[in-house]
Amino acid sequence: MKLRSFRRSLGVNMSIEVTTKPFNPWGRLQAHETSLNTHFGKTGAVATFVGTMRDSNEGDLVQTMWLEHYPGMTEKYLEKISQTAFQRWNILDTLIIHRVGEMHPNDTIVLVAAWAGHRGPAFEACRYLIEELKHHAPFWKRETLVEGSRWVETNTPG
Amino acid sequence: MTITVKFFASLREQVGTSELQLPVTQPLTVSQVWTQACGNSSLPAHLLTAVNLEYVSCDTVVKAGDEIAFFPPVTGG
Repeated sequence: MKLRSFRRSLGVNMSIEVTTKPFNPWGRLQAHETSLNTHFGKTGAVATFVGTMRDSNEGDLVQTMWLEHYPGMTEKYLEKISQTAFQRWNILDTLIIHRVGEMHPNDTIVLVAAWAGHRGPAFEACRYLIEELKHHAPFWKRETLVEGSRWVETNTPG
Repeated sequence: MTITVKFFASLREQVGTSELQLPVTQPLTVSQVWTQACGNSSLPAHLLTAVNLEYVSCDTVVKAGDEIAFFPPVTGG
């Protein structure tokens, strides 16, 4: 299994990572900001979304969660939606980090961020990326409860 | 000549394997791949299908060497 993917292509400044390792979204945002020296003076807005694991779902306590993905297709899909965001909005940079494997309550599941000159494209691109990821990127959650485990069948509407 | 068929998440557990090789002697649609791989049952409507890491519809024709994946609705993020 390919555990880590980080790609950056010329012209479209997008970064994608699928990782089994716990990560601090605020630290990663700060590190990414520091790397954006080419956008110095041009960035007027950054919109971020951080998704975190809750300790309950559908009325049941959740002890751990297992996140499965489709190595290769998942990264390709995240690249595709990042490229689409650059085509639709006037943005400067995007970052998507998604955890896979075993997780615990309060762990960060996903970080999505979009940098732009203005708040409109930053908010819209960030919202687009997280919604497309949630509805179409091949990830699946399995919850371990106090008794037994189950696959999560649908995401919450929003 | 074979195609690779992959299953993920709850579907992998139901089918009992994550991957199998299927011999192909003629062009097959994704639906026909499912039927050959999964004991002559018809493809359940809620499943998602991909060929070579891209989403496709179930009437897409596949060829030897392709990787076909079947999986349930996604729940990431």
